[in-house]
Amino acid sequence: MMNFSTCLQRHYEQTPDKVAITLLFNNRPPFPITYHNLIQGASAYVKTYIQKGILPGDVVLLILQHDVDLLYAYFGAVLHGAIPSIMPFLTEKLLPERYRTDLAELVSVTRPTAIVTYQTFESEIRAALQPGEDSVKAVIVSDLLVCSENNMYQPDFDTFSGLHRGEDDIVLLQHSSGSTGLQKGVALSHRAIFNHLEAYGESICLSKDDVIVSWLPLYHDMGLIACFLLPILRGVPVVQMSPFDWVRAPYRLLQAISTYRGTLTWLPNFAYNFSAQKIRERDLEGVDLSSWRASINTSEPVKYKSHQQFFERFKSYGLRLETLQTSYGMAENVFAVTQNDLKKPPSVEDIDRESFASDRIARPSFDDRPSIQMMSCGKPIPNTKIRVVDNKGHDVRERYIGEIVIKSNCMLTSYYNRPDITKKAFLDDGWYISGDYGYMVNGEIYIAGRKKDLIIVGGKNIYPQDLELLVYEVPGVHAGRASAFGIFNEATGTEDVIMVAEVDIDDPIERQTIGDNIRSIVTRGSAVALRYVHLVKYPWLVKTSSGKTARSANRDKFLKEMQVKGQIY
Amino acid sequence: MTENILVKLAAYIATEFLKQPDRLITQDEPLLTSGLIDSFHLVDLSIFVENNFGVRIDDAELNASSFDTLNQLTTFIMERM
Repeated sequence: MMNFSTCLQRHYEQTPDKVAITLLFNNRPPFPITYHNLIQGASAYVKTYIQKGILPGDVVLLILQHDVDLLYAYFGAVLHGAIPSIMPFLTEKLLPERYRTDLAELVSVTRPTAIVTYQTFESEIRAALQPGEDSVKAVIVSDLLVCSENNMYQPDFDTFSGLHRGEDDIVLLQHSSGSTGLQKGVALSHRAIFNHLEAYGESICLSKDDVIVSWLPLYHDMGLIACFLLPILRGVPVVQMSPFDWVRAPYRLLQAISTYRGTLTWLPNFAYNFSAQKIRERDLEGVDLSSWRASINTSEPVKYKSHQQFFERFKSYGLRLETLQTSYGMAENVFAVTQNDLKKPPSVEDIDRESFASDRIARPSFDDRPSIQMMSCGKPIPNTKIRVVDNKGHDVRERYIGEIVIKSNCMLTSYYNRPDITKKAFLDDGWYISGDYGYMVNGEIYIAGRKKDLIIVGGKNIYPQDLELLVYEVPGVHAGRASAFGIFNEATGTEDVIMVAEVDIDDPIERQTIGDNIRSIVTRGSAVALRYVHLVKYPWLVKTSSGKTARSANRDKFLKEMQVKGQIY
Repeated sequence: MTENILVKLAAYIATEFLKQPDRLITQDEPLLTSGLIDSFHLVDLSIFVENNFGVRIDDAELNASSFDTLNQLTTFIMERM
């Protein structure tokens, strides 16, 4: 039997001095952590979890920065047989009271028994709790656990309950952000993750010679699975940077690839545009990207133009065209669903725009008719099957657009403590309903939009209803009369978030105040920046017959209106 | 000089980030913490400052404590010119 803990024990015994992960932070020397260090640091947490009465199978919520404490607390929970879940840290933009509300909701659904955080943040966490009433038995302050080299606990594997966890036991939870996402924790078993790592490892020809480099956040499946668990469990070194450092200095990723002879990265589409546009020549001095064998674009719609822009910008630094690859994935299948063949660049095709929009068929374009450029996300990984179906669940023909459904041996166990939504997520015959539209050509999938109401910005999932609820609180906005949606921005390579809200006021100064308040409440309530706030008169918004906001209809109406006005959208 | 920097920065932010060229930004209006601009804009802002005012900004300095208002940013630039 293999589970996370037995796997970690094997690394600890066989290659204790091998560097598992190197933390690379701005203004700090690189910090390499060997398997020996990792297990020792994690042991300190095992001891604490035992002392605090945390039991195997309990959920432990980690509210820590991407640093060494998070690593130790995470694997400590694993070795103890508890279920770790990482919650994003409170940023300077977010309103503390909003964060507390989100946290309280997460606690009520996920029912963690422990929360690990910093001393400076402890009061903030406690303010969201209801001692004696909620599930939380302990708030553990990471600063008080000294994990310095001189004061390391010797691991005592006999005390690690994690070694006895079954393959079908849940090993971790993954949440996406916002109150909707936080109430929908994807619960994954040991077996599902190992099955995924094996299949995906095969797809990308993973070997011990690989070096993964990443700046991705660990509360997202791409960062957590591809750039954290995959390398650590499979014995492939990983260099981790902070997402906050990267967004201010995107050249650091390329410097790290050059320095550490990086071979693999995963990036959301916008990162290609961002890097191509915002890296200065002087920051690339001496950079050599020839070791980079695959940069896998995933977690938001993939665009060939973004690849082209990136390749043109960095080809003189040793970047190869076939390094730029694609994948389609979701946390519910652990991570990847499909992967492009790394030996060649992804297939790209021009599709007739009209046929795509009105007939929902992806016909290759001809003559000079308007077209849309589509890039393949490759074939299903070896353990995963996909189908494209119509709204009755019947398979559609090649090139016909339908909804993607998935079956594999690495599916989620459930949305944690949410049997209601878990049941709805599957067809009667066990296929998982992705909520994404796509079409197949030669066994490869092309993603053609979304059925579910979801905005993806820079790879981060945002539920529009969370943003709308915030806007209803702004004085001057009609109750229940706002609609949020995403529109792809070709320059940035990701979606812009648009908010349309109905107001009755005509005074331009008052309108600007309302607009500012809308921006402010959304940023401070969700850490999402609105690109455009459109104020309209009642009754502008389109609602469904049941009174729900019809977001895609509102989106179309907005686009038409902007077109008439000759504005950018 | 200060006025010139303020006007240029305000026009750049209103046009490029907010897509509302007519939007007036006051000198002490919070930019980052209010959600008017987000962290993805910080690199653009530092490139703009370097190209227009010849002042180089270290990545680590790009945060809300020195960059949250036009006044703060202008003072920061003036001190280094």
